[in-house]
Amino acid sequence: MGLLSDPNRRRALISMLTRLNAPICVVCYFAGVAWFMGLAFEPFTLRTYMSENAMGSTMVEERFPAGERALATGREFAAHKKKVGGMPVDWLVKNMQDRGLEVFTQSFSRTLPFPDENKERYIVKGTNVYGILRAPRAPRTEALVLSAPCSPGDNNNQAVGLLLGLAQYFRNQIYWAKDIIFLVNEHDLIGMQAWLEGYHHTNTTGMSWSPLQGRGGSIQAALSLELSSDVITSLDLVLEGLNGQLPNLDLANLFYAFCQKIGVLCTIQGKLQRNDWDSVSGYNHAVQTMMLMVMKQASGRPWGDHGLFLRYHIEAATIKGVNSFRQYKTDATTIGRLLEGMYRKLNNLLERLHQSYFFYLMPSLSHFVSIGYYMPAFGLLAVILLLRALDLWVQLNTPPSTTEDGVADIDQVRHTLLSVLTPLVISHLTGVALYALPIRFQETAVEHFPVSETEAVVLTAIAIYTAGLALPHNTHRYYIVSTVPDVRGWRVLKLVAVLYLAVLLGCTALINFSLGFILALTLVPLAAFVTPHVPKVLSAFILVILSPACTLLFSVFFFQELQDMPVSFQDGWLLYLSVISQGILDHSLYGSLVYPLIALLVYPCWLLFWNILFWK
Amino acid sequence: MAAPLTLLLIVAVTIRAALFRSSLAELIAERVEVVSPITAWKRVVEGLALLDLGVSPYSGDVFHETPLIIYMFHFLVDYAEITFMLADVITAVALYMAVKEYNKQVFRKQKFALEADRYPMDSLELIRSPKEMYYVPLKVAMFYLLNPFTILSCVAKSTCGLNNAVLALFFLSTIKGNVLLSAIFLCLATYQSIYPITLCAPAMLYFMQRQYIPVNFHRVSFWWFIVQYLFMYLGSLFVLICLSFFLLGSWDYLPSVYGFILSVPDLTPNIGLFWYFFAEMFEHFRLFFLCVFQINVFFYTIPLSIKLKEHPVFLIFMQLAVISIFKSYPTVGDVALYLAFLPVWSHLHRFLRNIFLVSCVLLACSALFPVLWHLWIYAGSANSNFYYAITLLFNVAQILLVSDYFYAFLRREHHLTNGLYLKRKDGSEATLILK
Repeated sequence: MGLLSDPNRRRALISMLTRLNAPICVVCYFAGVAWFMGLAFEPFTLRTYMSENAMGSTMVEERFPAGERALATGREFAAHKKKVGGMPVDWLVKNMQDRGLEVFTQSFSRTLPFPDENKERYIVKGTNVYGILRAPRAPRTEALVLSAPCSPGDNNNQAVGLLLGLAQYFRNQIYWAKDIIFLVNEHDLIGMQAWLEGYHHTNTTGMSWSPLQGRGGSIQAALSLELSSDVITSLDLVLEGLNGQLPNLDLANLFYAFCQKIGVLCTIQGKLQRNDWDSVSGYNHAVQTMMLMVMKQASGRPWGDHGLFLRYHIEAATIKGVNSFRQYKTDATTIGRLLEGMYRKLNNLLERLHQSYFFYLMPSLSHFVSIGYYMPAFGLLAVILLLRALDLWVQLNTPPSTTEDGVADIDQVRHTLLSVLTPLVISHLTGVALYALPIRFQETAVEHFPVSETEAVVLTAIAIYTAGLALPHNTHRYYIVSTVPDVRGWRVLKLVAVLYLAVLLGCTALINFSLGFILALTLVPLAAFVTPHVPKVLSAFILVILSPACTLLFSVFFFQELQDMPVSFQDGWLLYLSVISQGILDHSLYGSLVYPLIALLVYPCWLLFWNILFWK
Repeated sequence: MAAPLTLLLIVAVTIRAALFRSSLAELIAERVEVVSPITAWKRVVEGLALLDLGVSPYSGDVFHETPLIIYMFHFLVDYAEITFMLADVITAVALYMAVKEYNKQVFRKQKFALEADRYPMDSLELIRSPKEMYYVPLKVAMFYLLNPFTILSCVAKSTCGLNNAVLALFFLSTIKGNVLLSAIFLCLATYQSIYPITLCAPAMLYFMQRQYIPVNFHRVSFWWFIVQYLFMYLGSLFVLICLSFFLLGSWDYLPSVYGFILSVPDLTPNIGLFWYFFAEMFEHFRLFFLCVFQINVFFYTIPLSIKLKEHPVFLIFMQLAVISIFKSYPTVGDVALYLAFLPVWSHLHRFLRNIFLVSCVLLACSALFPVLWHLWIYAGSANSNFYYAITLLFNVAQILLVSDYFYAFLRREHHLTNGLYLKRKDGSEATLILK
């Protein structure tokens, strides 16, 4: 406690921190960025390893033989799907019953708040079909899920075929200790949401669905299968779930281990693993893979049908078959064997997957970065805010040279309080407007302007966002008439704003590291430099560039760049608009938190800094 | 001054009423930071249901409030929201009046000392002016009513709010010099949560100071006063306990209320220090550590009373803080009560050393509680260690805050007697170091 109680040493430390504040901040910022970029360098990462003893060795013998038959079933499914023009419920029920499963259906319907133009749906009605294979070896208290979506068009027919083939094969095995639920869900995530809510008796998003007639035990793990061709070149693993939640790393390890054993090419973020980590291109590759993961996680949306399982403590991942122009092809039998092996391992679980990491980034499928390694990168950025806050505190506490009498002092305090409260309240009200109005006013907007509902929502959001820029700095004009020049005002406001931002980013980074880090990357420098005395026009420009909306715009372009699909500005802009509408939809459909977080907290916080810049 | 206070009360009640009507109320009532197993409204309702069925409310292990509370709500259950808002209002008004009276006394005392020329010349800038003291009572009421912790606690209908009201009334009657009422309110507070028993010491010190009874173990008048006060205190406690017995017709409530507080069987996470330790501990150490942890609350009374025997009101503040940090089931409502006293000591600000650090930590912790709870319970990706780390940090910050105020208070007193600019023997400037 020496530092806290010895006044001399404290004074020395504080004077050093205030004198060297700016250089320390700059160093911290670059150190944070450098640390983050270093995470993808292979010697700094850890090799993945299986932590769960029950899944320790891959010594199971996979015997799934019926790949061709599964594909034939898939084609039959496709034919029926085309005939019915949607989910062939009766055919599926009959087929699952023929394979000896207990089959149930669940119908659901949902009206979206506004039409989804990407997937072209507004009023959604559908049916989920699922069959339960009861565990012969144990009391039916636990379950595993294998799901395949019934997508429109010619997609995912092979996945359903393989699912049915596996159901038939699994039915004849005697070693199952957990119920296995085979689920075919319609309308991808909406169907999945309905089924999960039905299974767990919750209703968080106001969707209407019929209650489930049959249930297995508590679900331990789930895999979602997406397969659109008869042969594939590689399998891609998708981990990112709702709000950036990730499944336990052991699930990824399990997939990787079986891919190695069976000899299937496996990728993550669609990127193969490379061995030349010491070359520049190898490092670039790893950075690209990790950045893709960061971007996807930061978006907070589920990137596969598995994404909603995570909310219920169920470890889940999506496995996607990719068919590209490589020579080496894998057939359906092999994928069946891979899934059989994974399910047999999951069947051995004695408790939920919990041994391995929940917070990680993956620069390749065989390497990961754990929370202990990536958090310092964020910590270095966050410490800048604390240093600035300390600096402001010291400035505020150094008494001005003239001593004022009591009256002026109290006036000053009240004055400061008022001038800080007003922008705080007003910017939060703007945030509430940004959150609530776009959906509320879509009808009015459609009546008055020649736009569709979706465009109306997105454009209203952008309009409110822009209008917010004009609002706050006009608010404190009224009481500037006071005789005392207000030197404390903006400092107090900045202190409040900086601490607010620090707490906000800290909490965000704990829940969703990527989002917190990306926001910190843009907001921290802005928070550190902005004062009323910097050149107005230039700083205003920088502030706008670094605002959350522009960050999103850049992220869209960057993401396209990372996926090797660069877009022109025109397309990028359209993509940006659709990303905003998707964000709002994700919030109202699945309860994703990114949109409310940005609208209600991050944007008002940014407005506070905007306010400081235009302080009079 | 009545107008701002009324305005404040109206604002505070409006906020609470609005929150009661919103969907947030249910969410808040479930938060472990806001309600403890003792104070949870859910449990009071359960107790009421049992009582209506003619079963002892203490059968089962749900209800742990006192019999008087349950009989009070037997009549008031339909007006629960109003009761809790009223409790907050009473607390605020009582604190307001008490602090106003206390300020008057401080000022009078300071005037006498000035007239007697007891202060050194260079410490005159430490003298408090009536202007700066004018708003202190209002600030105290504001700190209590608009503190998010109090609002949360009230909206969750945590019975901690009632305990706070009783404690505030005790404070008011003590400051006003009413010995009997003070003893009765203190006894009511003790009856509800045991720990306020440590406030006996500051109350007696205050009355002795007020009645010019020297704190001297060889004087009869000293012992006579203690006997008087304890007689009133224990007498009313006896009456309350017997009353509870006659209301319920059994002694069930003794183990269920006081046993529950002292032996800490419920290890639901909260913002206190007990749950994690006792969840991790081997069973045969439990009794020993239970004693250690509980003695912690009571033990500080002795050194603090000796050190602060001239300043009983500051001692009350210290004791309230110590209770809310070390009690077995603390909630944010307890924290709010002693935080309300901070404006009374606003003149100590120039001597505070860690206030910036501490307030940052308290702020961050308050935000992190729900986040880590979410990660632990809902997302399943964090675990209890994460949550306990924040609890620990929160309590360390509170301890630092309190000890910082303690140090600042002592330092101001030191400067008031020895002068503000201390010199070493050789004439160079000296600094005070706390070791």
